[in-house]
Amino acid sequence: MSTHNRIIVLSVNGRDHEVMVEPRTTLLGALREGLQLTGTKHGCGEGDCGACTVLLDGEPVNSCLVLAVEAVDHEVVTIEGLARGNRLHPIQQAFIDCGAVQCGFCTPGMILTSFAFLERNPRPTAEEVRQAICGNLCRCTGYQKIVEAVLDAAQRLRGES
Amino acid sequence: MSEYDVIGSRAARIDAPDKVTGRALFADDLNKTGQLYAAILHSPVAHARIKRIDVSRAKALPGVSDVVTCREAGTVPFGVSPARYDETIFCHDRVRYAGDEVAAVAAQSYEIATQALELIDVDYEELPAVLNAEQAMADGAPLVHERYEGNICSQVHHHFGDVEQAHEQAAVIVSGTLRSKMQNGAFIEPQSALAYVDLRGRLTLESSTQAPHYVQRTLAMALGVPLHQVRVKKPYVGGGFGPKASCGTYELVACLLALRTGRPVKITLSREEVFLHARARHEFTHSMSLGVTPEGEFLFLDHHCVLDGGAYASFGIATVYYANSLLGGPYHLKNMRFDGYRTVSNRPACGAQRGHGAVHARALFETLVDRAAREMGVDAVELRLRNVMETGESTINELNMSSLGMRECLEAVRDQSGWVEKRSRPRAHGHGIGAACGFFVSGAGYPIYRSKTYHCTIVTKVDEVGGGVVVLSGAAEIGQGCDTMMAMITAEVLGIDLADVRVRSGDSDLSVDLGAYSSRTTLMTGHAAREAALHVKAQILEVLAAELGCLADDLGFRGGLLVMRPGAAPVDWAALRKEFLREHVGFTDNPEDEALTFREASRIAFLKKGSIVGTGSYRPPALGGSYKGAAVGTSPAYGCSAQIAEVDVDLETGQVRVRKITGAHDCGFAINKTQVEGQMHGSMSMGLGEALFEEVQFDGQGRVLNPNLADYKIPTALDMPELDSIIVESHEPNGPFGAKEVGEGGIMPTIPAILNAIYDATGVRINELPVTPERIIRALKSKATGSSRSST
Repeated sequence: MSTHNRIIVLSVNGRDHEVMVEPRTTLLGALREGLQLTGTKHGCGEGDCGACTVLLDGEPVNSCLVLAVEAVDHEVVTIEGLARGNRLHPIQQAFIDCGAVQCGFCTPGMILTSFAFLERNPRPTAEEVRQAICGNLCRCTGYQKIVEAVLDAAQRLRGES
Repeated sequence: MSEYDVIGSRAARIDAPDKVTGRALFADDLNKTGQLYAAILHSPVAHARIKRIDVSRAKALPGVSDVVTCREAGTVPFGVSPARYDETIFCHDRVRYAGDEVAAVAAQSYEIATQALELIDVDYEELPAVLNAEQAMADGAPLVHERYEGNICSQVHHHFGDVEQAHEQAAVIVSGTLRSKMQNGAFIEPQSALAYVDLRGRLTLESSTQAPHYVQRTLAMALGVPLHQVRVKKPYVGGGFGPKASCGTYELVACLLALRTGRPVKITLSREEVFLHARARHEFTHSMSLGVTPEGEFLFLDHHCVLDGGAYASFGIATVYYANSLLGGPYHLKNMRFDGYRTVSNRPACGAQRGHGAVHARALFETLVDRAAREMGVDAVELRLRNVMETGESTINELNMSSLGMRECLEAVRDQSGWVEKRSRPRAHGHGIGAACGFFVSGAGYPIYRSKTYHCTIVTKVDEVGGGVVVLSGAAEIGQGCDTMMAMITAEVLGIDLADVRVRSGDSDLSVDLGAYSSRTTLMTGHAAREAALHVKAQILEVLAAELGCLADDLGFRGGLLVMRPGAAPVDWAALRKEFLREHVGFTDNPEDEALTFREASRIAFLKKGSIVGTGSYRPPALGGSYKGAAVGTSPAYGCSAQIAEVDVDLETGQVRVRKITGAHDCGFAINKTQVEGQMHGSMSMGLGEALFEEVQFDGQGRVLNPNLADYKIPTALDMPELDSIIVESHEPNGPFGAKEVGEGGIMPTIPAILNAIYDATGVRINELPVTPERIIRALKSKATGSSRSST
């Protein structure tokens, strides 16, 4: 237990943070409890739901399946790192405008998965969007408006709207 | 142009910015200095007598603050329906399912609390268990509760008209069965609660709940704390769908431990515990016969249903009533008979879930309609159109259709989906299209406990500084969007910008609201929000009229500005502006408009009158028919819907792929069109999951085999087809601005539309849900060998 605690440095949202962890502390635990970044959600703890999705060097990962120590020397981006001050990222704005948010619990993970996907594929089809977000479960929306929001965000990011 | 400025639009949800930035706080995001962490000990066996509990080793573990069992918690019975209070905080005599709660620990960390659980010694004397309705109802079956004879905790026998006689007159009679499996709410946020006690002894619980009001009552009753000394708040809630609508053991445990230790206590369920706590959809076995006249009129429905609800009654008494009462609409039905039995068994307790009690009954009924149509050689949509009820009619079980756009919904999906053309052209084997309708309450006519209470109240307070208003409500925003609904109605009534309305809700200290269940919030809380805003408006206009020397009726607000009734004499408001400006020397944002602003007017009203506070309340008029049980299913209004599903079935593998669902829902009036569509989509998604994937599985000892989201499968984005949603507005006279439900009714047609499409694609009827590939293949094989029981 406490004898194994140690301080590690995590780069989160472009800044280095010191955080005390145990060897078994997950990245999700370090973010939520260590850094109070509670925008990353704990839905299942087993990598099934995607609510805890963060970006690790730009790739979406289930932070409940990554140990905090594994994230040392890598870049972590959480939902708190997407907006610039009060200026929302176009994906966030598209989620609002398209009605892609209901309870909001899957939303942070869904947006980060979409962010990484649109970096790779700026001109996706609806089917490709569905493929990209199929690891993020949503029980509220039936995904329809989420797919619409990601397509809309893609347009915004391409400067077409 | 719309007659409204705010409602009827696609305004963005007011909570969306918080939710897309991660700022929205959910229960597990809350922490209090000095908090302890709680964990619950669950029974490992389905049925046993508790012979001894020894907590001494757990108590001795460093870091453990408290260990509680029934000795400390007491045995005050509670539950959902006062007539069936059959739960206690912890088991004291017997455990009744694998997962039943036996003890709890509060410790410095979750890890220590969980470790301590392993140090609690419980001696169980195992008892024979009943693990489904058949076993529960068998002769000589062991009783789950002594009080429920034959393990039946509720039964309903209704007979309207004369079904026996109607049998004689029917040209076509179709009969069938449908079995479903226990389901799980599978909301993405596991339940979580944080309890704390202030220095004056007042208990506060912040919890992931749909119904702060009922949780408050249950906490007070089971813990013996005066009601006014209990406050229940909900932060943002990550989905509920029913299972979060009653007080859970974890909430009682957090409060009990907080009261005993004086420290804040937090508990968050694991995903496995979400499955053990359950309180989701019952397991239904329906059998029905539908009789039809030669002209295609529905003559009778004869319905028998057994639903198993696991270890406790929970909502079950209402569930068994709902299982039939909502079949009274939306079709004319001259005779209806129902025998329903709700059993208890040694499995996790079931409660309410979206479309409470009515989903599988509707599914079977709508497949019988499809079969009758085929047998009679009539188009399945056409047969429904011949039978739909119209606004102003009453069902045989005395439900009053104050508005009903059923015909419009059916015609809309028929036309939008290309039904006529698609049904008339030959379809390749494996491709199918099916239709179904649905019908649901828009709020329960009565509270769960017997009371004449208002179902909701609202306090709307105008900022003393002028300009904004805050709506205070106990209503539960759980993702369905009621905060936005209240804000939109308030902004509309006051003629101000949506951005100038703030909503504080989900707190039992703010107002009474029964909660987010039975699709009640838009109709009921919407009424109260409208009334409170009208009250505010009247007070401001009264002050203005006195100041301006005119009639209050001549004044109004629109777009944040004072407007005059057409034809009213103009007024000189320059003095009021002067008074406002005199107060605001140095401000750079003073009004310069050509009209007096709401900001000025609301400030002036405060200066003359003091705080402007408006109140609103709602309770339904006396409802219910003349027979026992008529109260369940009565509602101030009813929503209805129609859907058409298109499927591909792989005849080699049995895999079903839903290609498209076209849905129409009559919500009376869409306060927010985007949110109405969102509810429709969510309903279709849950219905699709229940039709094709969802089943809580048990081993032979009653233990849940798939308590996780990998093995309990809910639809992913790849499983969901294109959803085409059409809003039908029938303008409900009992709803605020004509609005009624959309939260649950939208799920009703989904399962039968898919089942009917599968039949269209394959020629086989599946009578057991979920429709797994295995069940399709089995049905196809038995059809090929000529032993199919379903020829139509």
